[in-house]
Amino acid sequence: MVKPLWIARDPSACSGCRRCELACSMHHEGWMWPEASRIRVFMPFPGLEVPHLCSQCQDYPCVEACPVEALSTDPDYGAVIVDREKCTSCGACIRACPGTVPYLHPGDDKATICDLCGGEPECVEVCTEAGYNALTIVNEGPSVHRKLYSRNPVDTARDLAVNMFGEKGEEVIE
Amino acid sequence: MTPGGYAGKWLDVDLSKEEIEEFSFPDETLEQYFGGRGVATKILWDRVGRRWSDLDALAPENPLIFATGPMTCYYPGARICVSGKSPVSNGVVGSTAATEFAVDIRTAGYDGVVFTGKAEKPVYLLVTDEGAELVDASHLWGLNGEKTLIKLNKEVRETLKKRKPDVGLWKEPGTMYIGPAGENMVRHAAVMAKICHAAGYGGYGSVMGSKNLKAVVAKGRGRLPAVNAPESVYLLWRKAHRDCMTNTTFRRWGTGHLGYGCGADTSSEPVRNWQEEWHDEKTMGVPHYMDRYWVKVKWSDFNCTTNCMKVSCIKAGRWKGDITDVPDYELQAYCGTNLGIFDPGDNIHISTLMDKLGHSGINCPNTMGYAAELYQRGILTENDIGFKLEWGDTEAFDRLAHMMAYREGIGDVLAEGTYRAALKIAHMKGLKPDELLKYAVHVKGIEIGAHGTRSDKDYTQDMCYAASVQGGDHTSTVTDGYSDMSGAVFQDSAVFCMFTASPSQELIFDFAKAVTGFPITVDSWRRVNGPRIVTLQKALLLMGGPDVTWEPVKDDDNPPRFYEPLPTGPYKGMVTDRERVDIRTQAYFETLGWDERGIPKKETLDRLGLSDVDPLMEKFRQ
Repeated sequence: MVKPLWIARDPSACSGCRRCELACSMHHEGWMWPEASRIRVFMPFPGLEVPHLCSQCQDYPCVEACPVEALSTDPDYGAVIVDREKCTSCGACIRACPGTVPYLHPGDDKATICDLCGGEPECVEVCTEAGYNALTIVNEGPSVHRKLYSRNPVDTARDLAVNMFGEKGEEVIE
Repeated sequence: MTPGGYAGKWLDVDLSKEEIEEFSFPDETLEQYFGGRGVATKILWDRVGRRWSDLDALAPENPLIFATGPMTCYYPGARICVSGKSPVSNGVVGSTAATEFAVDIRTAGYDGVVFTGKAEKPVYLLVTDEGAELVDASHLWGLNGEKTLIKLNKEVRETLKKRKPDVGLWKEPGTMYIGPAGENMVRHAAVMAKICHAAGYGGYGSVMGSKNLKAVVAKGRGRLPAVNAPESVYLLWRKAHRDCMTNTTFRRWGTGHLGYGCGADTSSEPVRNWQEEWHDEKTMGVPHYMDRYWVKVKWSDFNCTTNCMKVSCIKAGRWKGDITDVPDYELQAYCGTNLGIFDPGDNIHISTLMDKLGHSGINCPNTMGYAAELYQRGILTENDIGFKLEWGDTEAFDRLAHMMAYREGIGDVLAEGTYRAALKIAHMKGLKPDELLKYAVHVKGIEIGAHGTRSDKDYTQDMCYAASVQGGDHTSTVTDGYSDMSGAVFQDSAVFCMFTASPSQELIFDFAKAVTGFPITVDSWRRVNGPRIVTLQKALLLMGGPDVTWEPVKDDDNPPRFYEPLPTGPYKGMVTDRERVDIRTQAYFETLGWDERGIPKKETLDRLGLSDVDPLMEKFRQ
C-alpha cells in the first residue's frame, strides 16, 4: 500500500527562481510555460516568494464541488486528477478551493491542478537539486491539517512580510 | 517561420500620438544582431542614423528600447536590456536588469518595445496577451520606487482580475519603473525593477522621465516562444544550472564579500572619491551584513540558481524599515566606502535611498563623492551646498541625494552627472575645466564602476574603461578585441545574466544554436557579430552630441586620478601605466579593424555590412 504523498512548502526558503514552474510545465506541457505550471510562485512584494499549489485537503472540496465529476482523487498518492474531457471550465473547483489554487489553463481553459507527477514531482526535484528545499516530499499522517496550507498567496505573503521585515512588513502589500 | 527563441513581434509605441503598432524584424537582422544590445543598436541606427549628433537624448524623438533576446528566460538568469541614445554618453549603452518583466513581455507574445514621443500626462504601458495599452499614471507620478511598485502590484492585479475573473488567481505583473530621479530627468537616473534591481548605466531612467513614462508593466499567460531544438535546449538548460550551482561563493555571498575584499586585498575599491582604493575596515566584512541584516540568503531572479542576491532589511535603529538587496559589491563601495561610510547599516540606508529615489546606485554616489571632494578641497563651500558635506556623514549624503532627485539647489547641478557638473561648477567658480575635471572619475561621461585599475590586481586593467564603447560601465569592460565579443557583448544581446554565464563558451554557444537554429559559433560571434555591434556603437559614440562630443584619442583614456599613485595600502605608489594603456588600446582598435585613432575603417564597415555608416566616419578621419 502506497502512503499518501504531500509536498511540504516553506515560502521563507523559496528563492523565487521559478525552476519549479519550468520543470512542471516541461513535464505536463512539453515546453516551458510558467503560467501553465501546476505550481506557481507568486511575488506580491520582492523577497516574498510564495509557491502556490494544491494542498490535497482531506475533504477535497474541489472534487465535491465539480458538477460533472471531472475531478477525482488518485488512489495511490491522494492527488487531485482532472479529466480534461469532462471539464466544462465552469470554475466551481476554483471557487470551492480555500486557497483558490486551481486555475483555468491559458491554453485549453480547463481546470488545472497538481497531480504530483504520478509520485515523483518534478518541482521538488529541481528545488532540492538547487538546495533550497522550499518544497520537500513528506509522507504525512492524518494529524497534519493539509487544508490549512491552502491559502491565498497574498495572505501568506502578508504574514511572511512581518516575519521577514518586522513592522515594515505591514506596509509592503496593499 | 520565426527563428527559434523569438516571440516574433515588437511593440512600437508613439507616446505623443498615443498609437501602438506591432512590427517584426527580418530573420537576417535577428541573425546578425541577435537581440538586446545588438538589436537595440540596429534600431537606433535605422531610426536616427545620420541625425544622431543633432538628437537630444532627452527629446521626444529619442527611441527608448526594452529588448529581450532569444536566450532570455531559457538560459539561466533572465534579464532585459534597456537602451536608446544615452543622455550620459550620447552614445548607446545596453543596460540590463533582472526582472520578471522580461518573462511577462515574452509570454505575452513580444520580444520588446520601442517608445518614441512624449505623453501629454504621465502614463504607463500595460501589456497582456490581448495586446498593449497606455494607462494614466498621474496618481503614481511623484511616488518613490517602493510605493510605485506596491501600488502597481495591487492595481494591475485587480484590473486583470476584473477583465477575466473566472480563470483563477492572477499573479502580480512584471514591472519596470522610475522614481523621482527619473521623473526629474536626473541625467544618470536608473530604470528600476523589484524595488532594488536597476538598469543603471546609460541614464535611461531620465529618458523615461522625459517621455512622461512612469512604468512598463506586463502580464503574459502564453508559452515561452518555441525553440529550434527543444530536447537539446532542455539538456543544456539542466547543464547550465549545474554550472550555476557550483558557483558556491556567489551562492553564499553574491558579490557582498567584496566590500571588504576589494579594499583590503586587491586595493581597487573607491574610497572617498577614489582618493584611495585601499581600506582595512573590518566592519565592512560580509558577516556584519549577513548576521545582522540579511533576511533571505538565497534570493534569485527568474530561472537563476546562482542566487547572488540576498534580501537585506534594517529592523532597528534610525534607518528602521529599509529594505534592499545585498547590497552588492558596487553599492557597498559606492554607497559606502566612496562616501567615507564604513558602517553596514548606513551603507544599506544609502543603497535603499538610491532604490527609492530611482537613482543609479553607482552613478549618483560617484557624483556625490565628487561633490564631497570639492567640499574637502574648499572649491564647493557650505554656502554652495547649504550644509557641511563631510566624508562619512550619512545624513548629509541622504540630504544631497534628495536634492539631486528633486533638482534643488546644488542638487540641480549635480543631477547632470559628474562630468557635466564639473564643467558647470568650473563655470560657476571661474575656474578652468581641467582644474575641476581632474577629480571627476568617469569615462565618456559614464561614472566608473567600483573596480580600479591602479593596483592591477582586480579583473579590470589599464584600458578596460578607456577603450570601451560603454565608457565607465564595469559590466562591459574591454580586455582584448577578440574575446570581449563573446563576453558582455554576447550576454547583453542574447540577454541573460553575466553571473549565470557558464565558464564553458562551448556550452553557451551550443545553447544559442539550439535555441535559434542560427549557425552561430563562438568564432563567428568573435569575428563578425560582436564586432558589428560594437563598431556600430563606436560610430554612434563618435558622432555623440548635441551637448557633448568625445574627442578620439584624448577621450579614449582613463580619468586623471587613475594616473595618480595610490597613496595607501599594499600597492602604495602604483599607477595605471599610461604606456600600456596606449599600446593595448591600439591593439584593441586594430583587432576590431578601427584605425589608430579608433575610427572604424572603410573596409571594416564594408566587411560588416555597415557601408552606409562610412560617409559619417569621414569627418573623424585625419
